[in-house]
Amino acid sequence: MNFWVIQGLNGLAFGSLLFILASGFSLIFGLMRIVNLSHGAYFMLGAYVGISAMAAGASFWTAILIGGVAIAVLGAVIERLILRRLTGQPLAQVLVTLGIAFIIADACVWIWTGDPRPVPMPRELAGAFRIHQLAFPIYRLFVIGVAFTLAAALWFLLERTRLGAMIRAGVDDLNMARAMGIRTSVLFPVVFCLGSALAGAGGVLAGPILSVYPGLDTDMLPLALVVVILGGVGSLLGAFIGSLIIGFIYSYGQALFPDLAYMILFLPMVLVLTLRPTGLFGRQAI
Amino acid sequence: MIRASRQQAVLALVAIAALLAMPWLVTSDYYINIATQIVIAAILAMSLNVLVGFGGMISLGHASYLGVAAYLTIYLSTHAGVGALGSALIAIGATTLLAMLFGYLALRASGLGFLMITLALGQILWGIAYRWASLTGGDNGLGGPIRPRPFGIDLMNPTAFFYFTLIFLVLAVWLISRFVQSGLGQSLQGARDQPRRMRALGYNVWLIQWLSFVFAGFWGAIAGMLYAYYHQFVSPQALHLTTSAETLLMVVAGGTGTLFGPVVGAALVVILKNVVSAYITRWLMLLGVVFVAIVLFMPEGIVPGLRRLRETMKMRPASSAEASLPAAEERTT
Amino acid sequence: MRRIGALFSTTFLIGWALAGAAEAAEPLKVGFMTVRSGALAAGGRQMEEGLQLCIDAHKGEMAGRKIQIITADTAGQPAVTKTKAQELVERDGAQVLIGPLAAFEALAIDDYIRQTKTPIISPSAAAEDLTQRKPNPWFVRAVGTSAQAHHALGEYAAKELKYKRIVIIADDFAFGHELSAGFQRTFEQNGGKVIQKLWSPLNAAEYGTYITQIDPTADAVFAGFAGGNGIKFLGEYKNYGMQKPVLGAMTTVDEGILKRMGDEALGVISAGWYSAAIDTPANKKFVAAVQKAYSADPGYYTVGAYMACEFLNNALEQVKGDISDKAAFMKALRSVNMPESPYGQVKLDQYGQPILDITIRKVEKKDGKLQNTVIKTYPAVSQFWTYGPDEFLKSPVYSRDWTPAK
Repeated sequence: MNFWVIQGLNGLAFGSLLFILASGFSLIFGLMRIVNLSHGAYFMLGAYVGISAMAAGASFWTAILIGGVAIAVLGAVIERLILRRLTGQPLAQVLVTLGIAFIIADACVWIWTGDPRPVPMPRELAGAFRIHQLAFPIYRLFVIGVAFTLAAALWFLLERTRLGAMIRAGVDDLNMARAMGIRTSVLFPVVFCLGSALAGAGGVLAGPILSVYPGLDTDMLPLALVVVILGGVGSLLGAFIGSLIIGFIYSYGQALFPDLAYMILFLPMVLVLTLRPTGLFGRQAI
Repeated sequence: MIRASRQQAVLALVAIAALLAMPWLVTSDYYINIATQIVIAAILAMSLNVLVGFGGMISLGHASYLGVAAYLTIYLSTHAGVGALGSALIAIGATTLLAMLFGYLALRASGLGFLMITLALGQILWGIAYRWASLTGGDNGLGGPIRPRPFGIDLMNPTAFFYFTLIFLVLAVWLISRFVQSGLGQSLQGARDQPRRMRALGYNVWLIQWLSFVFAGFWGAIAGMLYAYYHQFVSPQALHLTTSAETLLMVVAGGTGTLFGPVVGAALVVILKNVVSAYITRWLMLLGVVFVAIVLFMPEGIVPGLRRLRETMKMRPASSAEASLPAAEERTT
Repeated sequence: MRRIGALFSTTFLIGWALAGAAEAAEPLKVGFMTVRSGALAAGGRQMEEGLQLCIDAHKGEMAGRKIQIITADTAGQPAVTKTKAQELVERDGAQVLIGPLAAFEALAIDDYIRQTKTPIISPSAAAEDLTQRKPNPWFVRAVGTSAQAHHALGEYAAKELKYKRIVIIADDFAFGHELSAGFQRTFEQNGGKVIQKLWSPLNAAEYGTYITQIDPTADAVFAGFAGGNGIKFLGEYKNYGMQKPVLGAMTTVDEGILKRMGDEALGVISAGWYSAAIDTPANKKFVAAVQKAYSADPGYYTVGAYMACEFLNNALEQVKGDISDKAAFMKALRSVNMPESPYGQVKLDQYGQPILDITIRKVEKKDGKLQNTVIKTYPAVSQFWTYGPDEFLKSPVYSRDWTPAK
């Protein structure tokens, strides 16, 4: 009993973390059809910027903001100078985003020396929350809260605002949206910045759990891909539910089938994709 | 690019002659070993190009065939007591069987779904290699002196081994170009550009793609066997996502859908990683910059990019502005 | 023109005069394999610092010969490591190698080392079999084996800490398996019992799922982590409100990462062949030098590379700087004997593995900084612990599923 509750909570927390990681990726991919393979690097760079901000005296909350803004600016530059020229060329996008990921990863080793770094958490969120015999880190409860809030905010953005309506129109049918007068040259940079900002801020936010180290980028990128593919392309709900499902698979799977720990996230993905190539919630094949 | 096949054949002959002469031009074993690594990487990249370039199927799991064939070659000859030829044949056969299975699974999806399934299958293999330590040695890998002595030739000699791998490269160039020009290869490219029309014309697109997948897996296995002979060691790194990604980068950087693009891409990556890194500490960053620069300045890859440059030069007297158009079209021929 | 001629002849004369005295003019080329890019770059940088310190301490000269270090970045990838070894030996003419960082890198070039008969000193790779079941005659190690320190910790946990039931949680890779098995072996031999073993993937994103599985009836937890995983594990362990005492592997609380940790590391008891807090004149001098140059305490990699370099110096002095007879040099390298060093007294066994003083260390805060305070020393510990080579080598190498012989 206790096992199912605590591992369920673990799974919920990890799933929340995954949603924070993958939401920006999903947004960019859904609208712009860019598989941004630098997303993991953005996430890592955000976390590094965050620790530097904190070392310079910023609070945890300011550091999240700084991490998000810094990566948004980076994303804007990359979108403007590089990605904009590559619309509709998936191979060039793969090459360029992987190249950027290499550059960012090596720059991080250069600047932050490659030492693994813990990310300090705000004092009020440290420690464990206790109920009966269960103890659970307060910070993870906080992360769960953030993920749900973020999901709600993104839902509101997409469903209730003009920008959201434009994004939805673009996701459904880009040509039709263009024909209706939606200017993708404005929409794309906005979405790419937003997605990048989510990655950067997410890196800082996940820092107290994941810490920051060289290789965090390549550890996280497959997870983002798994979530988006499993949840289905261009579906925020899909990414959310996909994250949670993967969180549960991860925690129960590692506990129940320790022999499969190294591949626990990829087996279900192969299964889902071979049985249902659109992902769990996607309407179109990916 | 098929159109220019005579020109290509001449180029190929020149390239092969240069490669054959390599050991005389370069006296240091070190550079011969680098050349050998380029040859092995080139075979792997060419095999991936069958999928990416001619089939339009982007795979991020091509290290699977390299790694599995390498593991099997070493395991069979050092731990299972199978002879050199037997190990090689079983390794290549078994890896090709694996490609049949993986192809069956991956081709359930297309586009990005295909990419993700290949990535996931690759990660699973990596996990097995890492975790099943009693068989694979875990992260410590498997090793042992396994270079064979075909007809009494000592392949421990770097030059001899270089020629040995070169034989396979020549075979790969020849058979892959034959494949591309064959009916199957042509219909694969048709399925890449016009899948619906191909279906409407009664082609079994799935079967065409699956056969090509298996063909690519087979050449990946050859590269894996050579990898095992060259390094005489294999560890999960050979199966890692970064190895798959690097191979994909070789193909895209060199020029997808061209015969020699992957060879050039392989040379670029191997040289940057192994030789340039001796002079430039931040070589990884340089590698990234090179990739970005290729996309920005030669978006179709190095080989087509250079060809376009040459044609631009040739046509400059007439009109330089329109010169790039025919070259761009060439890609889809 | 005449002056140049004069200069030439003088140089010639000097060179001629010195030629008899052991090739003094020609520097000795030492190839150094480290990691500058990728996930292992932190360890690589510490190795470079340790090596530099040693070279500086000798003013770039050993046994009267100039030492020329040629550095290569293996990127932590076995395939690249092999090319780099070839580059150093064949192209650059390195006569001795120091490196590489990871065990799988050392294994990847094992074959090549035998083939080219190049003496190599390992500054960090700890895989047991490199000096046990697959000893390489050209290989010498300047650090302990994976289990060397943890045999001592197992006995200490059972005998002195009186723990009866312990849960092992460790990185699921060869180093983690070997060090855990070594701990388990001596712990159980002294009456303890390992009641649960949890293996987390090396790239585990988080440890919550593992921490919550820890058997509540255990007396303590043994955490066998490498790289940055110790930081992550100890931080989460505390946030999950865990109270059980933690025993650590040497690398779980290594000085290289301890500087980044907070209160969560306090009280962790670990074992190692080194601690920056060892109170001997030799070590104090060494730590002061590291502090001065890099404002950090030396840890596993720093001291490993430093000692590898000192081994080289010791062997070169034995052969008076003449490395032309490789077999003789190798013999000297294997008979390295240093009465004083940051490690303490060091000599090598017949397998090329140092016999080391093992310290039991406890993380404490001193002057606002965490350190591994030495609480007990086991002098002159062999890689075979007390079993003796014959008995030890009869059983297979330590692995994940290793269980103690009944």
